[in-house]
Amino acid sequence: MKLLTREALLSFRRAPLLSVLSITTIAFSLFTVGLFGLVALNLQQALRGLEERVEIVSFILRGTPSEAIAVATQDIASFPEVQDVGYVSEEEALQRARAELVEFRDAYRDLQVNPLPASIEVRLKDGFRDAATVERVAQRLKGFGFIDDVRYGREWVQKLDYLRNLTGLVGLVIWMAFAAVAVVIIGVTIRLTILQRAREISIMRLVGATNWFIRGPFLLEGALKGLLGGLLSLVLCYAGYLLFRDKSGGTLSGLVFFRPEHMLVIIIFGILLGLAGSLVSVGRHLRHV
Amino acid sequence: MIRFANVYKAYPNGALALKDVTFHVSKGEFVFLTGHSGAGKSTIMKLLFAEQKPTAGEVRVSGYNVTSLKPDEVPRLRRRLGVVFQDFRLLEDRTAAENIAFALEVTGARTDTIAARVMRVLTQVGLSAKGRAYPRELSGGEQQRVAIARALVNDPAILLADEPTGNLDERATRGVFQLLRDINAGGTVVVMATHDLDLVRQTSYRIIEMRDGSVVYDSELDEAAAEAQ
Repeated sequence: MKLLTREALLSFRRAPLLSVLSITTIAFSLFTVGLFGLVALNLQQALRGLEERVEIVSFILRGTPSEAIAVATQDIASFPEVQDVGYVSEEEALQRARAELVEFRDAYRDLQVNPLPASIEVRLKDGFRDAATVERVAQRLKGFGFIDDVRYGREWVQKLDYLRNLTGLVGLVIWMAFAAVAVVIIGVTIRLTILQRAREISIMRLVGATNWFIRGPFLLEGALKGLLGGLLSLVLCYAGYLLFRDKSGGTLSGLVFFRPEHMLVIIIFGILLGLAGSLVSVGRHLRHV
Repeated sequence: MIRFANVYKAYPNGALALKDVTFHVSKGEFVFLTGHSGAGKSTIMKLLFAEQKPTAGEVRVSGYNVTSLKPDEVPRLRRRLGVVFQDFRLLEDRTAAENIAFALEVTGARTDTIAARVMRVLTQVGLSAKGRAYPRELSGGEQQRVAIARALVNDPAILLADEPTGNLDERATRGVFQLLRDINAGGTVVVMATHDLDLVRQTSYRIIEMRDGSVVYDSELDEAAAEAQ
């Protein structure tokens, strides 16, 4: 292990320029991937904000006993998809209408009879806000005898579904393409290192080193370059994030940056890229000598 | 120790480098492999340290069958051999001692034994004072001695030397050759490929002469034939 580390670190010292070039290349490849990830993350965040507004409103028939409503509310709250359930009485509905619909305030004030029905408002848990689940829960709500009508904005939920699937798919394809390009670039730079040390490899083989022994330092070197490249890419991503956020004049002030677990994933991804690039390059070289 | 039985070696372009080569080398022997350039000496060397495999026939080296050697067995065979080349093949950015130690490190030798073993072989090749010198600071003869020390450090049963004096002046040649003789006197089999006939004639060691990929003369067979008559 000591020898492995020494040989891997020696390669940085022997070819500092090539090492810097490799790390920078890895960093920029990961920066591209990271930047895209950041866009996807913010898009996801924005979609989540929209999703939180998904709500199923069930209007209650007039004259329904409050005991029946209370039992039903408890029952609905125990649905696995349901996050919370709220009961809005006829009076509360009128108050809300007066507060939210300012233009009709006068009309509501002059009413002799409250025309608004009481309702049960159901909000679903994260991960259950797709069109199919919303439809399913709505149907179950309709099953209660005192429910007059159920509304949830079917078209809007369906559009949200479509948008979510589209961004997920496009994101995955673009992300995979960038990742593949990164692997190739990293492989090429590590191959340069290997070619530079071809003589050393041939001598190692001559004196009886196993292929795994020869691979070891290159793999560690690749992993270290991936780690450093990953860290550098995060710095670049953060710089890009600050630039966009501050130059937007406040319109993008809600932009979010990676959470620690995202950063860890990028760094691990960098290490894996470095390892994969090394493994492919050194494997190919060992097959040809 | 070494057995070649009806060995053929063809290259992808169709050229036959070896044609029906058969010979045996026993324990303790010193064998010269002679012949002009392209006669097949280097191909025999490459088969001996499993750099290549024969197209037909059987090659056995120190108990290993090179013909059917699996990839993971190649390093194990090479650890039982020492190989020396005309161009020394030293790592320029490591000292003489580090070059030798490298051969031990790659085979997983115990770290606490390496320094002593390196010093032992450096002394054996007469370079105990030059362990810290880099190859560029050494003469050709000294560099070849370092290469020989590296070949010896794993206590090989067989030492393969492919034109080891090809790049050396006469004085250095004599020194290196004497070193190889001393190594052989210690019981190690030495196979030396050379086209330096003056060197070959100085001794009564066995000579295998190659021409166009075939063995055209083997002094051992010649002696046996003479004795039979």
